[in-house]
Amino acid sequence: MSNPNEQQWTTVVKPRTGWFDIDLKELWRYRDLVTLFTKRNFAVIYKQTILGPLWILLNPLITTILFNVIFGGIAGLPTEGAPSFLFIMAGNTLWTMFAACINNTANTFVANAGMFGKVYFPRLTIPLSQVLTAAINFLIQLAMFLVFWVIFFLGQGSFGAVSMTPWLLYLPVCVLQVMLLGLAVGIIVSSLTTKYRDLAIAVTFGVQLWMYATPVVYSTTSLSNQPLMSAIVNINPMTAPVQVFRKALLGCGTVSTSGLWYSLIVTLVLLAVGVVLFSRIEKTFMDTV
Amino acid sequence: MSTNLQTAGKEPVIQVSGVKKQYKLGQIGGGTLTADLQSWWARIRGKEDPNLPIGTDTRLFGKTFMALNGVDLTVYKGEALGIIGRNGAGKSTLLKLLSRITAPTEGEIKIKGRIASMLEVGTGFNQEMTGRENIYMNGAILGMSKAEVDSKLEQIIEFSECRDFIDTPVKRYSSGMFVKLAFAVAAHLDSEIMVMDEVLAVGDMKFQQKCLGKMSDVAGQEGRTVLYVSHNMSTIRQLCTRCVVLDKGKVIFDGNVDDAIAVYMDTTDVNVVDYDLTHTGRMTTSAGKRLFVERLAFLDKESSVFAAGEPMRVRIDWHVSQHFDAVNMKLNLHYRDSTPVGITHPITLGEAEAGRKYSTTFTVDTSILSEGQYFFYLDVFERELANAACLDKPAQEFAFEITNLDRTLPEWSSGWGHIHFPAVQVEGTEVH
Repeated sequence: MSNPNEQQWTTVVKPRTGWFDIDLKELWRYRDLVTLFTKRNFAVIYKQTILGPLWILLNPLITTILFNVIFGGIAGLPTEGAPSFLFIMAGNTLWTMFAACINNTANTFVANAGMFGKVYFPRLTIPLSQVLTAAINFLIQLAMFLVFWVIFFLGQGSFGAVSMTPWLLYLPVCVLQVMLLGLAVGIIVSSLTTKYRDLAIAVTFGVQLWMYATPVVYSTTSLSNQPLMSAIVNINPMTAPVQVFRKALLGCGTVSTSGLWYSLIVTLVLLAVGVVLFSRIEKTFMDTV
Repeated sequence: MSTNLQTAGKEPVIQVSGVKKQYKLGQIGGGTLTADLQSWWARIRGKEDPNLPIGTDTRLFGKTFMALNGVDLTVYKGEALGIIGRNGAGKSTLLKLLSRITAPTEGEIKIKGRIASMLEVGTGFNQEMTGRENIYMNGAILGMSKAEVDSKLEQIIEFSECRDFIDTPVKRYSSGMFVKLAFAVAAHLDSEIMVMDEVLAVGDMKFQQKCLGKMSDVAGQEGRTVLYVSHNMSTIRQLCTRCVVLDKGKVIFDGNVDDAIAVYMDTTDVNVVDYDLTHTGRMTTSAGKRLFVERLAFLDKESSVFAAGEPMRVRIDWHVSQHFDAVNMKLNLHYRDSTPVGITHPITLGEAEAGRKYSTTFTVDTSILSEGQYFFYLDVFERELANAACLDKPAQEFAFEITNLDRTLPEWSSGWGHIHFPAVQVEGTEVH
């Protein structure tokens, strides 16, 4: 080790040993790749479709109308004083991003096995680009939501109360948290799908079920006489972000600080678990796929 | 460290020390969670695993083979290092470890600088995106920033000879254009080390020569390091300044190119007539799982040397874990320098019942092969060749030699190829 050159190794490839073996500096060096993957995600989805990017708006709009008819109209679920349409659209906008984060990162390894087997780049760039794609879609959908918000605001009185609250300042943190939670769940699932393919099928279904355990189409107050359901909703880390989102934009519902902390901690724990799993799997998954 | 004359003053850029890579043979997991839970529950109760085909030889499961078995190698700056070896010798595994696609089981690899690996050209190319967009994409995958690609864009387009089509989606490209563009990106990347796996086997001759020239420049003038794996000895000779030979997961020779090629030629072994394949690696991950060839033997011989025209009798022992309607096989024949010679097809093994063991004996007519050393691979597949699904393909070369006893011919010229056609029927000669 007397030779000064000996100390200048930039990369040391070792058997997989470490638990938290993720090179954030390297990930930063590949930030242009994340941008390009994000662009590609858009290009791939909307090439050779008639309506193109319009689908970003049509999808949540149709879902919201549908939910509004079923849960607001037919079931007549209470919406804490907010217009049912806005109430559901707010929940659905945030949920759509969360679901997209999970669904699109869950098949990272299996869908990219061909590329991963031929060239090295930090594998985390793929799920990160998926989360960014979901976030951009979210911003567009949020803009649409705000348009409807203004319409309802101008028609105040006939539709019910619409107002924003100081929680608005917390909204960026809340959105970031949802992105990270989606990323965390997505990379955990993607790591497990390298071994168990059926998880990929289960996840789409699971995300749908999860939505019904989250106050997207209903309010938490309507669960007061349903102990089991409200227990499920309380342990669900997505409950608090949805509540914050509605509180900030519509001024309805309640946000519990303990629920918020709980949700944040769960997000960070899941993210740590996800990154550890992912970094262990990414080193040798090519041998098992 | 090393102070001998050869290495003094040279700067090591890759140091591979004691690297081993182990692969598991047989099925890895049941593939689904329910199946794994079922198997686990059955094991706990001491019952037979419901997910194993009846009569499966479980001894094979969990057995391992070493694709690399203790490799030490130091590569110096500015070298063009060739890596040669038979299929299954560990070349691809070594490249995969160097390009960080998978991690070693033991040992470590130290690398100085960025590695651009091209185990396949055009990795990450997106069919819907234009040539230009794909240059950025491929550059980014290989670790370049957008600014770096910007500064090299002109050179890349120029080298690729695709300027007129650069804003066309690559799905409209011919395969030749695709390869040219992909190579251009990789060759212009500012990486200190380039890892190439037979990428030059594609593209037209003129472009191949251009690529070889570019790679020589990269190593010679730009002071970058090139690692090149190929079966094509002439490109190895043309490009490489040093060459290592891998055999059975170990470096058996490290030195100048001509000696290395000579050593490589000698790694075929005609003295083995009975191959035990139970611990041999497989050439694809799906091979050897549902059908497993345990053994191959040349019959009636003490060495696999055949006089021209002498029938080559071979027996293979194999077993299956499930029912197959039609099992077929072909032999891929190669000359000893790995030039493909031809295939024998079809060899019909017929129907197979789950859990049975079979022995098949077949005879190959060798009369059209010229004298020399050959080897073949075994390729067992399901159904017809046209829509075959690979069942087993051991990573083993079965070597044999053809000697010429027909003294009416002079010594076979190397320029004649390897096929001695059957006698041509002359219909008559007329006098004019």
